Amino acid sequence: MVTTGAHLTRKMVWNLLSEIPDPDIPVISITELGIVRDVEVLQDDKIVVTLTPSYSGCPAMQLFKEDIKAVLRQYGAKEVEVKIIHSPAWTTDWLSKEAKEKMRKHGIAPPEDWCGTAVKLFGDAKRKITCPHCGKQDTKLTSQFGSTPCKALWFCNGCNQPFEYFKCY
Amino acid sequence: MNTKDAVYNFCLRMADNNLISGQRLTEWCSRGPILEEDLAMTNLALDLFGQAESFFDYAASLNGNVKSADDLAFLRSERQYYNNLLVEQPNGDFAVTMMKQFLFSAFQKLMYEALTESNDDTIKGISTKALKEAKYHFRHSSEWVIRLGKGTKESHERVQLAINELWRFTTDMFEMNATDEELISTGISANLETIYGKWNFVVGEILKEATLAIPDAAKIIKGGCNGMHTEHLGHILTEMQYLQRAYPGATW
Repeated sequence: MVTTGAHLTRKMVWNLLSEIPDPDIPVISITELGIVRDVEVLQDDKIVVTLTPSYSGCPAMQLFKEDIKAVLRQYGAKEVEVKIIHSPAWTTDWLSKEAKEKMRKHGIAPPEDWCGTAVKLFGDAKRKITCPHCGKQDTKLTSQFGSTPCKALWFCNGCNQPFEYFKCY
Repeated sequence: MNTKDAVYNFCLRMADNNLISGQRLTEWCSRGPILEEDLAMTNLALDLFGQAESFFDYAASLNGNVKSADDLAFLRSERQYYNNLLVEQPNGDFAVTMMKQFLFSAFQKLMYEALTESNDDTIKGISTKALKEAKYHFRHSSEWVIRLGKGTKESHERVQLAINELWRFTTDMFEMNATDEELISTGISANLETIYGKWNFVVGEILKEATLAIPDAAKIIKGGCNGMHTEHLGHILTEMQYLQRAYPGATW
């Protein structure tokens, strides 16, 4: 735990960032999501955080910036700059195994394929996504687009429940 | 034209295509034929606005942010927009909208694929991300074109009418000017003639599967990349820019 008053180090900043949740999937932090690319601590408690956007139009990006600034200021940062870099582009391949497991427990089926360079984006078209509720594979796609840019809508015939699938990206 | 100006113009063209296309899709918000489609079209629009923002941000940074990304999006006039004529066409019925989306997303997908090899790192990064989104868009619209084409007599007729109406605007997507010349020679953008060949093949395959006929290309309308537009763009801008024009400097 980081206490207020002390000068922030790079490690402390990473720890603080790892406690900022993704607004759409609150069980995952922004560091687990893999969008934080770099942290620099400059003189006079000035901190520069570099992010890669998850999705081009994801409204959560604006919130990430605000949250990062608010948290770091609360712990003594005098000035916080959030830089955005586009290259290399974010991919769901950067989600950790732990993050995927947390997602599943939260009721969202995590991405099942390795996307690489978008060549294999859709993986095997016949693939059945595993239901995060009952674990059966008797599922079908309802819609490729869902409540947020990252998710598709699926339905499980096993437990008769709809669920969200975090798309390969 | 120097490279910086060419990159600036090119970013505006890419951004404008995404912005205007997204604006058209949002007209469907709450009017989709089914709930899932309503969500899908607004999701597509969100991706397109995001891509537009990335290109506007980059363009703004090239000019020292004298004009912000928002200024570029909302405070230019009709002749200063470089989007393709296809994306500004009215939505018509669902068949017209999906056909328009199909023809455009096939182009976007090929364009972004080419730009992932760009010598410009920012364009390369934006495009690598956007390519994934364009692939989802292309898959979604192709599926609808096939479904409508092979559906009922009525759906087939409507989607054939849609392509008959829109085909004359497709060549415009591949028109090149001094911007392209400069960017091709510097390895920043792709030769649109090459993209055109690929586009014809990809689009042709899907149309064949959808049992749709490619209309005669007798009447072709071009000019988008030079700021020459159809009458529809002015109407879109009137609505889209209302707030920024009526309340200059307004912020959230």
